[in-house]
Amino acid sequence: MSRTTPLLDAHVAAGGKLVDFAGWSLPIHYGSQIDEHHAVRRAAGVFDVSHMTIVDISGEGARAWLRTMLANDVGKLDDGEALYGCLCDEHGGVIDDVIAYRLDERRWRLIVNAATRDKDLAWLEAHRPAHVAIVAPDAIALLAVQGPEAVALAGSALAAIRDGVPALATLPRFGFVVGESPGGTAAEPATDQLFVARTGYTGEDGVEIALPAGEAPALWEALLGNGVRPCGLGARDTLRLEAGMSLYGVDLDESHTPVESGLGWTVDLSDRERAFIGRERLAEQQGVGDHAVRVGLVLVSRGVLRGGQPVQLAGRDVGVVTSGTFSPTRQCSIALARVERAFKGNCDVMVRGRTLPARTAVVPFVRNGEASD
Amino acid sequence: MDIPGDLRFAPSHEWARQNDDGTITVGISAHAQEQLGDLVFVETPEIDRVCEAEEGIAVVESVKAASDLYAPVAGTVIDANAALADTPELVNGDPYGEGWIFRMQPSEEDALEALMGPDDYEAHVENDD
Repeated sequence: MSRTTPLLDAHVAAGGKLVDFAGWSLPIHYGSQIDEHHAVRRAAGVFDVSHMTIVDISGEGARAWLRTMLANDVGKLDDGEALYGCLCDEHGGVIDDVIAYRLDERRWRLIVNAATRDKDLAWLEAHRPAHVAIVAPDAIALLAVQGPEAVALAGSALAAIRDGVPALATLPRFGFVVGESPGGTAAEPATDQLFVARTGYTGEDGVEIALPAGEAPALWEALLGNGVRPCGLGARDTLRLEAGMSLYGVDLDESHTPVESGLGWTVDLSDRERAFIGRERLAEQQGVGDHAVRVGLVLVSRGVLRGGQPVQLAGRDVGVVTSGTFSPTRQCSIALARVERAFKGNCDVMVRGRTLPARTAVVPFVRNGEASD
Repeated sequence: MDIPGDLRFAPSHEWARQNDDGTITVGISAHAQEQLGDLVFVETPEIDRVCEAEEGIAVVESVKAASDLYAPVAGTVIDANAALADTPELVNGDPYGEGWIFRMQPSEEDALEALMGPDDYEAHVENDD
């Protein structure tokens, strides 16, 4: 039996075609995933991402503890700032990719994937020190509003449904604000407070909004009233792949390190005193440099690249596509692939039994709504 | 979407329409395009290709998956919808009209008799779901 978000009725009313995703019933599109994709690149779209897992971490030792758990260093964050990074195991393999938010030195939020919820919570709990508390609140909805017009339209939609909404226009990328909540105080806000971050999974400007589940339908209606287009999982995947963003389970997994997955930039070794799980392996890889790498590919011919397809150089297998799709913005197929060592230029990909010509491409594949190379 | 009354269907979701000149026009059903989602490529068959019934003859590819089309009857391909090269989404928007995929000359008269009418096809789709 699939779980549902607070917006199930809204999805059905908007013509959403529901599918199962990680045990959740969510819309894959509302009529045309390609139209929804273009709406985000050109104006604004809204995604219900309430299936994602919110983890609230608090306590005197929370900062120090998170510095041992994530390969990126949350120690460099100030209040109201967030970063992207990986939770790794002892071998440097990726357990999940996460965004970590610092409310203050004692209070942190992680947003992790839906499919890895149980695994991540078990991992965190297994390593939790006595003086750190972990809460995974349930009655919170999460909406992502993305596109060049998203911040303005999201701001006015929020203002239409509640008072005391903070200004969003001046929020920096990866910054976030917390609104007042009737259930808490400034010193101890309730976990269901309004939370707005200038983050996203599309490569466009935008915000991700967490709010009490009961308020989600009103926010959804206000957004649609502002002309924001409802967008489903199909558009979410084509947008994130154009933006060069990884999807856990295909581009990232426990058998590969962040360095082997194009996420070496999220591994922060600059503080030599900072021990974190997986550090030894990651430092070794960064030092030696002889490891698998991620490349972007575009297909020169017609066809669609998909996960699992072999990548070949001069007839020899050198790697595999981890995720591929058709890029509505570039009107050709694009993919992320993991290959045994870096190369640039032409290659082949085995697609449905045929060898098709492809070439490496700059990642992200799309910037400012256009092809980046 | 209403199914035009003059169409016949194969279980693999292709439709066929008998034309006055004895040829037949072939496409995929509204149900099939809906299952596939937005199409991005259609690989139409080559003109003069000879095929058996149920032989793989064309490919429609959506963002989600590639799907083979099968010839509904035996015959020879005589035309393909060139508009689909630039506008594959015609198949999604008008699967029984502008989204036609190819035309063929059946090798036998009345070959369409063996295929399902619209009501039987709708029942077939309902059983599938």
